[in-house]
Amino acid sequence: MITQSVKMAVTSILSNKLRSLLTMLGIIIGVMSLVVLVSLVNGATGSITDSINALGNNLLNVSISDDHDRPLKLSELSSFTEDDLFESIAPAAASTATATSAYAEESARLTGTTAAYLDIQGLELESGRFLMKPDLDNHSNVAVINADLATEVLGRTDVVGENVKFNGKRFLIIGVLKEKNTSSNNASDSTLQAYIPYTSLIRLSEDVSLNVTSFCISAAGDDMDAAERQLENILLERFGQDEDAFSIFNQSSVAEAMDSVTGTLSLLLGGIAGISLLVGGIGIMNIMLVSVTERTREIGIRKAIGAGRGTIMLQFLIEALIISLFGCFLGIAFSWIVIETVNIIGSTDYSLSSGIVLLSIAFSVGIGVLFGLYPANRAAKKNPIEALRYN
Amino acid sequence: MIIFQDISKTYQIGDEKVYALNHANLHIRPGEFVSIIGPSGSGKSTMMNIMGCLDTADEGQYLLDGLPVKDCTERELTRIRSRKIGFIFQSFNLIGNMSAEENVELPLIYQKLPAKDRKSRVQDALEKVGLYDRQKHKPSQLSGGQQQRIAIARAMASEPSLYLADEPTGNLDSATGYQIMQLFHELHDRGNTIVLITHDESVAAQADRSIRMKDGHAKEVTV
Repeated sequence: MITQSVKMAVTSILSNKLRSLLTMLGIIIGVMSLVVLVSLVNGATGSITDSINALGNNLLNVSISDDHDRPLKLSELSSFTEDDLFESIAPAAASTATATSAYAEESARLTGTTAAYLDIQGLELESGRFLMKPDLDNHSNVAVINADLATEVLGRTDVVGENVKFNGKRFLIIGVLKEKNTSSNNASDSTLQAYIPYTSLIRLSEDVSLNVTSFCISAAGDDMDAAERQLENILLERFGQDEDAFSIFNQSSVAEAMDSVTGTLSLLLGGIAGISLLVGGIGIMNIMLVSVTERTREIGIRKAIGAGRGTIMLQFLIEALIISLFGCFLGIAFSWIVIETVNIIGSTDYSLSSGIVLLSIAFSVGIGVLFGLYPANRAAKKNPIEALRYN
Repeated sequence: MIIFQDISKTYQIGDEKVYALNHANLHIRPGEFVSIIGPSGSGKSTMMNIMGCLDTADEGQYLLDGLPVKDCTERELTRIRSRKIGFIFQSFNLIGNMSAEENVELPLIYQKLPAKDRKSRVQDALEKVGLYDRQKHKPSQLSGGQQQRIAIARAMASEPSLYLADEPTGNLDSATGYQIMQLFHELHDRGNTIVLITHDESVAAQADRSIRMKDGHAKEVTV
């Protein structure tokens, strides 16, 4: 019976091609907006989360705003890692300098730090070495630069052993960092970065002294919350219980915040797309009602030759379902085309989110049934005598 | 086969109650070819609707094959229409977007027959009305007479115990009408029960027996 109903529904859909297609268009557009928008948001979330994770997941950044006349000395930092919860610590003083070479001149971000910084931040070297303790002890004018700085200022990346000037002062390049994945569009990646010994930056920049105002610390275990609480206790004790004296930034909490933002975003966009799918459903109901009225006589004939209420109902319901499901599949196919086109144009790597594809199929079935039920019921309830008399 | 006992059917038109059938009595035996004749408004169509279980009587008892139709649920009425009644209409009533073959097959689908049986019955019926070569044609590609023959094939395929024909020749010219009447005679000769409604005396005269309707009453006439 069902196969026969499907066959009849297909016949009647095909006998009104333009109308069926226009009705489907509502569902096609609804499904397309749902699938494309949510897939894009999911893809973007993925790459943002990746780049946040790349910054290091067990990382806490601290900046001190008020030292209560008891500034944190560089030599004091190592005492923090005596706690088992922490692995290593490095100061991170930031400054801006003009980087010059014979080739070019650009503004660069200098970070004055120590040897531990490499591991804490999860940086990777392309060639050479990172800062070492003797560099700090000797206030050496050595620098580790990122790949962007190497290419922008020196013209190439194999520059270990060459010199670069920061604010006119000559620094020996001892290492070059690996180029970061281009798909992560984090702001810090795009700038020109150089890492020099903390002690050297003190000499270079007036704002930086032996009093550390910002540092990063890595937790030993996975329990970031415990590490953060412990750090907070240590700092509170150090700065006379003043909560406003310092602030701690937790990378994983940034990632969580990001997740919740994009979650809300995809819910919002999905909601809007869902509404357009609903409008498509109303279109189906509308056209089904027209179709039921137009085919009143046919319904009468069918009833006279032995079709029951259930049979008529099933036929119209299946017709509505086929329109919405076929529209859904077309919508998914078009979504795939759109996403692939976006990938080709933007050289990105978005993919159809399988979850949303399944959701949109389920949603389309729901809409087909929901909006097909009323017209189908009207068709089934028709009085055969009056229906046969209808012209 | 068909027994009408004091069947009444009324319609409310405005404040007035109008009798379409007024205590009509009727008895049709199996294998009979009966014509029902009368002017429009005499209750012919109402009688046919009740006979065909499309409608139920307000009063009185209708027995079809000994079964009191009055007590049937809608599902049972549908089943009776599907298994026992073969309708033939004045305006053919084929479904326009289906081929001749599909139209003939439709009642068999509603009877839930397996595909193999459907195919042989459709072929058989189309051969009997002489339109097997037109099976793929849509109704719009067929002449009126051909369409009516398809409609008769559709009724035949469902193998009903009662053929109900409502003015089957009303929309046809007399030559084509004659062909259609020949088909009814063939059906009758094979032992089928036929009730034919008409207002054409010459068509009515071809039946074994004529029943004249007037103002909702049924009266036997000898022709």
